[in-house]
Amino acid sequence: MAYFIRRAGFLLATLWAAVTLNFLIPRLQPGDPAQALLSRLGGKTQAIDPAQLAAVRKMLGAPDGNLLSQYGDYLVALFHGQFGISYTYYPYSVGHVIEQAVPWTLVLVGVTQILSFVVGTLLGAWAAFRRNSRVDSVITLGSTFVGTLPFFWIALLLIFVFAITLNWFPEGGGYGGGSSPGWSWLFFSDAFQHSVLPALSLLITGPIGWIIGMRNNMVQTLGEDYARLARAKGLSRRRIALTYGARIAILPNVTGFAIALGGILGGTVLVESIFNYPGLGRLLLEAVGNKDFPLMQALFLFTTVGVLVANFLADITYGLLDPRVRRTEAG
Amino acid sequence: MTIANTPSATAAATAGDTESAQVAALTAGRSSRLPGWFLILWRNRKCRLGLLLLAAFVLVAVFAPAIAPFAPRADSFAQSEAPSGAHWLGTTARGEDVFSQLVYGARTSLIVGLVAGTLSTLIATAVGLTAGYLQGVVDEVLSFFINLGLVVPVLPLMITLAAYAPVKGLGLIIIVITVTGWAFGARVKRAQIVTLRTRDYVTAAKFAGDSTARIIVYEIAPNMISLIVVDFMGSALGAIGAEAGLAFLGLGDPATTSWGTMLNQASLGGAMTTGQWAWLIAPGLVLALLVTSFSLINFGVDALSNPHLRED
Repeated sequence: MAYFIRRAGFLLATLWAAVTLNFLIPRLQPGDPAQALLSRLGGKTQAIDPAQLAAVRKMLGAPDGNLLSQYGDYLVALFHGQFGISYTYYPYSVGHVIEQAVPWTLVLVGVTQILSFVVGTLLGAWAAFRRNSRVDSVITLGSTFVGTLPFFWIALLLIFVFAITLNWFPEGGGYGGGSSPGWSWLFFSDAFQHSVLPALSLLITGPIGWIIGMRNNMVQTLGEDYARLARAKGLSRRRIALTYGARIAILPNVTGFAIALGGILGGTVLVESIFNYPGLGRLLLEAVGNKDFPLMQALFLFTTVGVLVANFLADITYGLLDPRVRRTEAG
Repeated sequence: MTIANTPSATAAATAGDTESAQVAALTAGRSSRLPGWFLILWRNRKCRLGLLLLAAFVLVAVFAPAIAPFAPRADSFAQSEAPSGAHWLGTTARGEDVFSQLVYGARTSLIVGLVAGTLSTLIATAVGLTAGYLQGVVDEVLSFFINLGLVVPVLPLMITLAAYAPVKGLGLIIIVITVTGWAFGARVKRAQIVTLRTRDYVTAAKFAGDSTARIIVYEIAPNMISLIVVDFMGSALGAIGAEAGLAFLGLGDPATTSWGTMLNQASLGGAMTTGQWAWLIAPGLVLALLVTSFSLINFGVDALSNPHLRED
């Protein structure tokens, strides 16, 4: 139980740190962001709700007032979900814009990462089971080689070959001009077609980390005393590999999965920008390009909180799977 | 030369297989005047290939002005040309020589890798050693920051930091990469020192009245050299990749020629529609080759610290 309380404490502390970081970063920059918003929107200023301007000031900082009271206002605004309005997507609020983008990223990242994890773990286990055989060297050297390729470059080549030269898949975007988001067959098949290349570019390099991690862990667990005992008892190689090797070797990969999430999100930013895919990553770049600070801040906070919560869930799973962690965590 | 002073022997000793490591270092050291650790690396075929590759990149970077036929930003040539005798890899949409840019790009990648890699290794070592050795409240606080650094999504943080920065330059990119990239190394080192600090020789040094700083520097640090080398390689590699990614997204230093900016311009400049495959393929390929050289060297470094991983 102490383990779970400790993890929950860590979650709260990191959430607080992320929220504070999100408060401090925009304030490193001088000037009044609300004023910048007004000058940005030029003629449309009549329509701006003063409450929205106040929300922008609370999120990004006001030129006057002390930092401590600003921090208080910021926390209150945060709890009410007031992130201000987006400069780029005026008059939509930041919250609305993010809401539109979340499903795209969630589906793309979710599906590719689970597939990568399963495929990578299986291949890694197979390589360890056949250690020093041809299968092992093909898997190990192959994944080392593919792992060195910059994957945004792979994405560019995929577009070059499959979209422009062969014209099999669309070059970019989330769905075609003929369909609009909704619960229709046309939209889903269209969205699927558009997601093949982005997903493929994430899937080519995705399993590498799991393959190498799983192989190394399993080679080690198969060398432990309990595996030797299992061999002495005359159990079959297969049984030893599955129940004495793989079952224990998979555990570090579970925490690895949580830690990798942050990096995966980074990769998504690159892929979404290359494919012009309407998810959170492209939104972040768009916000950066337009100096849309309210949107940028909210996206940073949103992705960080998402990763922290996912980490917490992975830690809890790990604690449930491996009783040793619950006991040794204190050290 | 004395075996005990070579990092390979002491590092391997911590891995538990003292005897074979010392024998390897001894046989390696006997044949020439080169240090034993270098010979162990050199004897590993993969590692030798990696060292040669890296040396080639360093030579290209150092002698870039002599190797590149033109200045990287000279834009007086015909635009978007296919590869030819005058322009081996063609020209960009702005009329620059692609091959010259490729040569100068090696400089940027190596500088970023070296500087950001060194800085984040220094931070990681200092934080990891302090947290692991002192324990208690200091450890709790530092470990919290390490774990925080591990879980925060790095690229969004880098992008946000780079977007707010008033000046764009290679220095900024290096700082952003360093600030966001030290956590993993610190965690590994902390874990290592926690197992080292209870060893007998550390206790002996403590009883002999050595100061904490002296124990860390003279008793513990030498045992961590291979770990520090591995961390440096990893950090340098991460930094090279991060620079390429940021530059590709258009967030890099606009005044510097790097492989990332080349890919950015190739993708914006319509290299795909004009069919300039060389402009598109070359930067990614050299980037992959540089990463490969690091991974190949790592095979040797791993074997240095863990005799179980030796090939024979």
